[in-house]
Amino acid sequence: MADRKIVDAKNTFCPGPLMELIANMKQAEVGDELLVLSTDEGSANDIPEWINKVGHEVIESSEDAGVWSVVVKKIK
Amino acid sequence: MSNKISIMLISGKREQLQMASMVASVGAVSGNDVTVFLSMNALEYFKKDSDGKAPSDGPMGDLLVEKNAPEFMELFESAVELGDAKIHPCSMAVDIMGLKNDDLVDYLSESLGLTKFLGAASEGQVWTF
Repeated sequence: MADRKIVDAKNTFCPGPLMELIANMKQAEVGDELLVLSTDEGSANDIPEWINKVGHEVIESSEDAGVWSVVVKKIK
Repeated sequence: MSNKISIMLISGKREQLQMASMVASVGAVSGNDVTVFLSMNALEYFKKDSDGKAPSDGPMGDLLVEKNAPEFMELFESAVELGDAKIHPCSMAVDIMGLKNDDLVDYLSESLGLTKFLGAASEGQVWTF
């Protein structure tokens, strides 16, 4: 498995984490996994919505002490 | 299939600029064909020498700054760079303000007259801020 790139988008608000993820997605290769860290619950919900809409994959999503971790995989 | 989203942005208040930048950026990165038309008090923030600090319309505007929400100018730039949005200054506003192309931030598209914008806005979603 390729290394998971960490996108640290803590301490900003919607749509900051989504935009940071997308900027990193553009540079990623198909099959790469990215881990987004967000302190904004709205973004943690919005990111899977975007991922499904554009056809990538959400691997997992979890929350620990106010920090949401969303792992996504670039499919195309 | 992509949908068309046309945004007319005329307010110089932070909340309206912020919401317009959010609709433009999220709309553009989600595969929509986004066109933004800038006129009236909104255009001055797109001058290269603007500090991007818009006055608040109410308490939410102050909170946006206090809580470190993304800057609206960064979101507009993301809309263009990540989502291929087109942001056009209104040609009337450009003329009235006496601006040249070089006075405006580089990621703007050419200035547009109202006739063309209304043509673009004749189908799809239209938002005004």
